[in-house]
Amino acid sequence: MEAQSLPAALALVAGGGAGLSPEKRAALGVSLTLLQHNYRFERVWFWGCIQGVRGSYYIAEGLRPDRAAPRIRLYSLNCLDWSLLTPATKEMVAQAEQLKGRFQGDPSFEYNFAEINPQAAETLFEGGKEPVIKEEARLIATIEQIDRAVGIVPRGAFVKTPLGSVHENRHFEGLSLVEAKKLSSYFHFTEPVNLKNKTLLEKANLDPSTDFLDSLEHDIPQGEQRCLTEWKVGGRKNILYDS
Amino acid sequence: MDQSPGLNPSQGADHTYAYERGHGPYQPHEPGYGLDQPDYSPYDDQIPDPKARMLAIQNAKAYLLKTSTTSGLNLYDHLANVLTKILDEQPTNTVDIIENISKDVKWARFQKKMDTLRDEYEIPPTYEAAEKCKALFIKENGEENEEIIEEEIGHSPLPNVMETAFYFEQAGVGLSKDESYYIFLALKNLTSVQPIQTCRFWGKILGLEMNYIIAEAQLREGEEEEEAGEEVTEEEVKGMDEVEEQDEEKEKEDEPPKSTYKPPPDIPKEENGTGANKYVYFVCNEPGKPWVKLPPVTPAQIVCARKIKKFFTGRLDAPVVSFPPFPGNEANYLRAQIARISAGTHVSPTGFYQFPEEEEEEEGGDTYEENPEFEPPAVAEMVDSLSTWAHHVKNILKQGRCVWINPQKLEEKNEEEEEDEEEEEEMDEQQAETGPPLLTLLSEDEGIKDIPAWTAQHSTNLIPQHSVAIIQSNRWPGAYAFASGRKFENIYFGWGHKYSPENYTPILPPPVQEEYPSGPAITEARDPTLEEELAFKAAQEALAAGEEEEEEEEEEGDD
Repeated sequence: MEAQSLPAALALVAGGGAGLSPEKRAALGVSLTLLQHNYRFERVWFWGCIQGVRGSYYIAEGLRPDRAAPRIRLYSLNCLDWSLLTPATKEMVAQAEQLKGRFQGDPSFEYNFAEINPQAAETLFEGGKEPVIKEEARLIATIEQIDRAVGIVPRGAFVKTPLGSVHENRHFEGLSLVEAKKLSSYFHFTEPVNLKNKTLLEKANLDPSTDFLDSLEHDIPQGEQRCLTEWKVGGRKNILYDS
Repeated sequence: MDQSPGLNPSQGADHTYAYERGHGPYQPHEPGYGLDQPDYSPYDDQIPDPKARMLAIQNAKAYLLKTSTTSGLNLYDHLANVLTKILDEQPTNTVDIIENISKDVKWARFQKKMDTLRDEYEIPPTYEAAEKCKALFIKENGEENEEIIEEEIGHSPLPNVMETAFYFEQAGVGLSKDESYYIFLALKNLTSVQPIQTCRFWGKILGLEMNYIIAEAQLREGEEEEEAGEEVTEEEVKGMDEVEEQDEEKEKEDEPPKSTYKPPPDIPKEENGTGANKYVYFVCNEPGKPWVKLPPVTPAQIVCARKIKKFFTGRLDAPVVSFPPFPGNEANYLRAQIARISAGTHVSPTGFYQFPEEEEEEEGGDTYEENPEFEPPAVAEMVDSLSTWAHHVKNILKQGRCVWINPQKLEEKNEEEEEDEEEEEEMDEQQAETGPPLLTLLSEDEGIKDIPAWTAQHSTNLIPQHSVAIIQSNRWPGAYAFASGRKFENIYFGWGHKYSPENYTPILPPPVQEEYPSGPAITEARDPTLEEELAFKAAQEALAAGEEEEEEEEEEGDD
């Protein structure tokens, strides 16, 4: 969520029961602004929080002018002091997939592969590395996976310029009621995978400036994303639940 | 030099007189010096005479007013319209788009200005929701009002939802204030409609199509309706038995052998008001919609609910398609999950509740009462040690009930009623199941693998005087409880499932049952071939011959 509109956005997402305490909200408002200044970000988004057993991680993303560039992610334990996270590598993601169970809440906690998967531990050992993985690496990999699977934006919110960079669309007024109920009006905000596989007939209908991302329609399993329309008096909010 | 504003538009079309007015005195060094004087203008030689100039203007204007033979327009009017439009709208870079503007003005002539159809007023989509919510805000009018007010002031079953929401907000848990208030009003409606003694906002369970808002209540004594449904089914069953017996007598000879399988007896559900059915639950999809009462839960449903994991759709009559097949629809599944969550996660500070002194029941004491001498421990203590919290809802045994019942005794009871002539099989004596007693401390809760069952935190580390102790369950993600002084509350926001580190895999179907015991008498074997039979016969004869010889020898020996 956009840092400035955080309070309003939190009120809309509160249907699920998860939220932030007033203290955290206030702290975020302050520290995200400072973060933006320190790192010279153009925008700062609050990504969310991952609850561990002993503590929670609060994640923020900083954006440079090109929104499609790899994101710069930071985490914090108290919404005030932020630490940079390195970009995710495929190796990290593969290792983290084998870990199960909850996060501990301590970024320096080490998961011992020997207990979890002895074979993998051996291969790692032969490779000259220790068969442990730190919780920080697991955090990076998990965030990357979550973002890839459910980082969603509405169609038309971002435009691609002919030079290749991606910007917010200033003329975007939101989706109409009918459009908002369709899964095809939402896109994954990651490198497109399915776009090249479309037939020429489908591609002819696409507008290259707004339709440059994968739509949700073709996600497997079908209908995994549920579009729930909650009718709130004074407005309507669409909550996309991913099961 | 600026051209003076307010130039007559018709003059603008006439280039000849463009510079006649408006240019101020030229300085001696400027090229136009002296040209603005009459008789010194550069065009003086063309039309020197003023009268002729006026004539020329009129001629030009007449020419412009000439009506076109094809379209009936004239240039004068058209240019007037174009310039009026431009001056009204003041677009940017007008000179670049002047042709388009001219075209648009001509095109607009063909559009009818009057549209006889009026747009129908579009009902905003949030209209229905708003209507329902408005109904919440209407106070009942009439004479009843005064009586109700008097009663309520004395003892109100309505909980203070906003206060609870405030404390949970400190923890970062909860719904938006608006929604909490709607729920508050909806609960007020519930208490006025149903005969409720105590009521509590239990929580919100999310669903795929709609969500559930759940209220936990205790009905006033004597107000519970007996479920007529059960009596009807019992009578039906008895009627069916009689019919079956008659059929049996007629067809006894042709009947295939009856199976000796006796299904285990149905474990009866607990009485309303005890055990898992201690409270009655009402649900609605959204505040403003009518509350629906959930049926009491049976042990079979709880046992099955432990084995399946299904998301709720939001419709109470939706079927639950699963393996093992769930005995009931979504309303029953919801009730079973509510029972499990309540049993697993409803906690209170230790000592707040105590057993009444006159307890003569067995160990499975179901009742508790508030301890008037309870002194709340400090918030720091409540967070540090889990022994300051205790469960106040009875644990559900494996059987699906809170109080164990011996199925054997059930069977004997059933058999006496039905007077069957079948042989009684001896069942192994089942051991009585026991669970942790009421008011167990949280420190004795088992975790899952190496994750403790509960996580406790302060709501704020910066202002310890006003912080609230909050615990969240790791076994049932979404269950929270807070305690601050004498106040405490439990709540649930989530999908309604237990936490498991592995993904859910449904149980495999049981192995195929053996139809009959296989022994040598019925196992198939290859028929012996001709050679084998002959060989066998020969061997038999040899043996017989051998025996005869032995007999002869014995006989000879006897002699």
